[in-house]
Formats: sequence, structure tokens, C-alpha cells
Amino acid sequence: MRPVYMISGGITKFAKAHPRKDFRLMVKEAYDYALADVPRLTKEMIDGAVGSYFSDHFTRQLKAASMVQDYLGLCPKPSKRVEGGGATGGLCFQSAWEAIASGRMNCCVAFGFETMSRVNTWKGNEFIALASDTNFDFPVGGFYTGYYAMMVQRHMYEFGTTVEQMAMVSIKNHTNALYNPYAQKAKRLTIKDVRESPMVATPLTMEDICVMSDGAAVCILASEEVAQQVCHRPVKITGVGSGSDAMRMADRPRGKVILLPHESEADYRHLHYPGVHSFRGGRMAAKLAYEMAGITNPLEELSFVELHDAYTSSEIQTYEDLGLCRYGEGGQFVESGAPFMASIEYGLELPDQGRLPVNPSGGLLACGHPVGATGLMQAVFAFWQLQGSIEKHLGNDQLQVPNPKRGLIHSHAGTGTYITVSILEACE
Amino acid sequence: MKAKGTVVLGVDPLIIHDDYHIEYHHSYAQDSPFFVGLSQGKLRGSRCSACGYTFATPRAHCMECGAPTEWIDLPLTGRIHTFTTCYYGGELFLEETPFTLILVEFEGINTLFLSRLKGCDPSTVRIGQPVVARFAKTPSFKVTDVWFEPTGP
Repeated sequence: MRPVYMISGGITKFAKAHPRKDFRLMVKEAYDYALADVPRLTKEMIDGAVGSYFSDHFTRQLKAASMVQDYLGLCPKPSKRVEGGGATGGLCFQSAWEAIASGRMNCCVAFGFETMSRVNTWKGNEFIALASDTNFDFPVGGFYTGYYAMMVQRHMYEFGTTVEQMAMVSIKNHTNALYNPYAQKAKRLTIKDVRESPMVATPLTMEDICVMSDGAAVCILASEEVAQQVCHRPVKITGVGSGSDAMRMADRPRGKVILLPHESEADYRHLHYPGVHSFRGGRMAAKLAYEMAGITNPLEELSFVELHDAYTSSEIQTYEDLGLCRYGEGGQFVESGAPFMASIEYGLELPDQGRLPVNPSGGLLACGHPVGATGLMQAVFAFWQLQGSIEKHLGNDQLQVPNPKRGLIHSHAGTGTYITVSILEACE
Repeated sequence: MKAKGTVVLGVDPLIIHDDYHIEYHHSYAQDSPFFVGLSQGKLRGSRCSACGYTFATPRAHCMECGAPTEWIDLPLTGRIHTFTTCYYGGELFLEETPFTLILVEFEGINTLFLSRLKGCDPSTVRIGQPVVARFAKTPSFKVTDVWFEPTGP
């Protein structure tokens, strides 16, 4: 495999609705932004593209990625669509990585988008729930928030995780987003605000859940040769991993924890794993990505994480899958202050504030979740972090992690059915 | 009554009302005996013919080893493995809110079963609570032909 670099990225503002822009124009804006950042990259140097969007129902257009390909002027170069639920963007990123790593392409555009505003919120929830088993799960009351609520109820039962700890995730991500002009839903919150907002599915309230969004994101990946030629500060992709689990939560078997290098079997003697409280596919994705990147202790060796926080609860569950803390300690991890930004005031007492910032961008909770764009948005924010160019792109440096060496992005589908983890590193 | 012509929802940009309806001939295929079983008051799961793994939600082939499974009758009583009460939902189920979803665990069965919990105050539901299956008198041949009710605290 050849080394692969990210050389540019672009994002549209994520918004509840972009009625004046269809999916083609949203991607075009993100693409033009990315191109403008690497002026030495010519169209002739781009070998092909991978497009991602989650739902044909939302887009009301099958083969929509083909329409983007022609709108961007990339025909007749190679192209395809990648779809994998909530992990669509992460899978798209890794598909572009594969194109470069294999030597098939020297420069590949990964674009993703979702247009979720063209139906009402509850029809949208129905579309999303169609990504659960339509014989056994969907007809019972298909609703993803309900599925995640059941998972966290079990997490709370097994480990003593609290709704206040979940609310802290909401406060963190919504506050971070105050400094991210691309975000849809930035605001200051208190634990009381989160708990008193309308209950959606016990124990998850409106402020525990990400919102639907219109938006697009673009990443440009390249070989070492192209990266050196056109980009003054490329970022190296040093690890990719992905994992999967059974579509139905009810089918999750109970076995042993997939261990990371810094863990031992004795840590989890009494844990039935993954049950419905943990994401085995996320742990598998992390293990593979860490092995490729040579990471043995993620908490010590990562500078920041952008993870798939569709729910406050799933951010806590994901800390554990990624090995940032042991299984069962996710609630204490957020309470410690470790995943908060060091230099931002949250109105909370945080003894270990800023040890490993998680979702500096505001994550899905505050940026929004235009599904096909989300995983690529994370890559763009990670790229800007590692370039040290947050101020240039966001207009302020509040969210710039100081001297970041290595970032992790994590994209997640279904109730954990496809999960990707990719590791990006700053170049010396 | 369906409106004739096009309903215009906005003019700048131009936004129109659009509609798309699909009818399926949905086959339960190899899962059919489960849905027929519900109409007979039976809850049918699967047992792997090779490794013995048991599934509360049936499947014709074992998820662990790939061998064919055989049908088994599940007990009609179990316990709540986890739960939630939904106050919102997908459009199709919005009118039914609030409703309580549970994953049911059965003695001696390796996997769980998703169902609704009825006949109780949602605030009293807890993990480990014993429940019993109830069946629709008139089957609709959907998984909602079965639901559960608590038999104790």
C-alpha cells in the first residue's frame, strides 16, 4: 500500500434547510472551496471521485451521485456511490483512501451530501428507521432514538452512567459549536436545560439528539507525489479500520471484549459483551486503525477526536469503544472534563479539562447530521486541525487544538452496524 | 380527496408539493413460519442444528457458524432486558405515542426479541421485570401481533 494524504477539504454550512440549493450545488460549493485551497491542483490531476449519500428517499433522486459527478465537471472520470447508513461519509473517505493506497488513482475526490429538509421531521425519522430490520424491528415502532434509548438504559443499568453525564456531552458540543460558523445548532446549555427539554424516548431529550440537516462536504485525497506538488501542508492518513455488527440489536451475542493493547482480559471478567450497551463494530474499527497507525495507547497518543455523536449517549459509548477509557467508564470520562476544550468556559467543574478534546467542531449534536456529508465533515475539521488552519477556515482560533499531532475520525451507522475509524497525522 | 393540479408551496425558490406511493408484495420468505406462528399464539425462535446457538428473533441460518437452524417454541414468559418509552416516533407511528419498547430476554435463549410493552404505567417499567406474551385475536401478520405485559413488579 502507498502512503495516502489529504490535501484539501470544503464544507457547506449545515442548515435545517437550503431551499435555494439542491444537492449538486451544495457539493459544488464545498468542492470549489476545497479547490481554492490548493490552487496548484488542476482538473487534469484529479483521477476520479467517490460520492456518498445515505437515502434515495430523502434525495428523491436515485443515482444522485452521478448528477453531482457531471455538475462538478468530472465526467468521464471514474466514479461510484458509497452508501452505509450513518457511516456513509466515513466509508466514502476510506473508499477514496483505497483508490490512492492501491495505486489505482493519484488524486481522488470524496464528496458527500444529504438533503433532509424536503420531508417533515417525523417522515425523516421514518426513513431513517427503514434502516432497521423491516420484518422484526421497524413495524414495532421504528424509531432510531428509541433504539439508542434502549441501549443507554442498559448502559446505565450495567455501569451506573447518569443522564447528567449525558447532558455534559450536550453542553460541550453545543458550546464548542459557538465558534464554528459551519454548525447548525450552537448554544449555551445547562444540565437543567438538557433534562427539561422535551422527552423524546426515555431517557433521551431533544438536546441529547442530533438534528437533521442539509449540507455537503468534500475531501481531496492524493498520493505523496501529488501532495508534495500541490499542498504546502498535507495531512497523512496513517490508519483506517472498520467493523460491523448484526442489524438487529436483539441479535447481539454475548462474548468477550475485543481487547486493545493497553487493556487486559481481567478488566472485563464480568462483562457480557457487546450486549446492547456497546458497539463491537466500533471496537473492531478502532483496533484495526490503531494497528495500522501504530497506536498502543489512544488516550496518550491522540491529540483530538471527531466522533459520531448522533446521541449524547453514543458519544459516551464510543469513548469506551475507542479505548479512551475502559468499558463502563465513559460517564466518568466526560465528568472528568477530559473531552472538553481546554480554553473554553462551559459553566461546569471539570478537573481534567482538555486532556483529549472530543468533537471540538461541535460534532453531529451541534453541527447537524446531513448523513452522507457527516463523515467527510469530520475529516475536513480534522484536516484543518492538523494543518493548524482552523482560524483561516472558521474565522477564529477558539477551536484550534494546540500543536495537534494526530487526530481520529469515527463514522457510525445504524445501531452500530457499520463503523469506520480513520487516523490522520500532521506532517513534520 | 386528492387535489387536482399542482400545489405550489413557495415561489422563490419555486417549491411544489410532490407525492410518491409504493405498494409491495412483501414476502416473509424463510421467516414466514414465525408470522404464521403468531396467529396460532406461538412465539417461534431458532436453534442452530450444528452449534446449538439459540435465537429469540428467528433466522434460518446460524449467525455464529452458518449452519441451518431448526424452529423452536420460545417460552411465553421472559424478562425485560432493556426498555424505553417513546414520546415521538417515525410518522407511521406518531399517533401511537407514547409507546414503550422493550427487548425481552428468555431463559436459556442466547439472543433477545424486540416488542412493545402494554398494560402498565411507563414510569414503573424496570430492567429484569417479568413479562408475558399476549397475541392479537385477529392477526395482521406483522410482528406486532405479539406484545408483552408485566406479570409482576
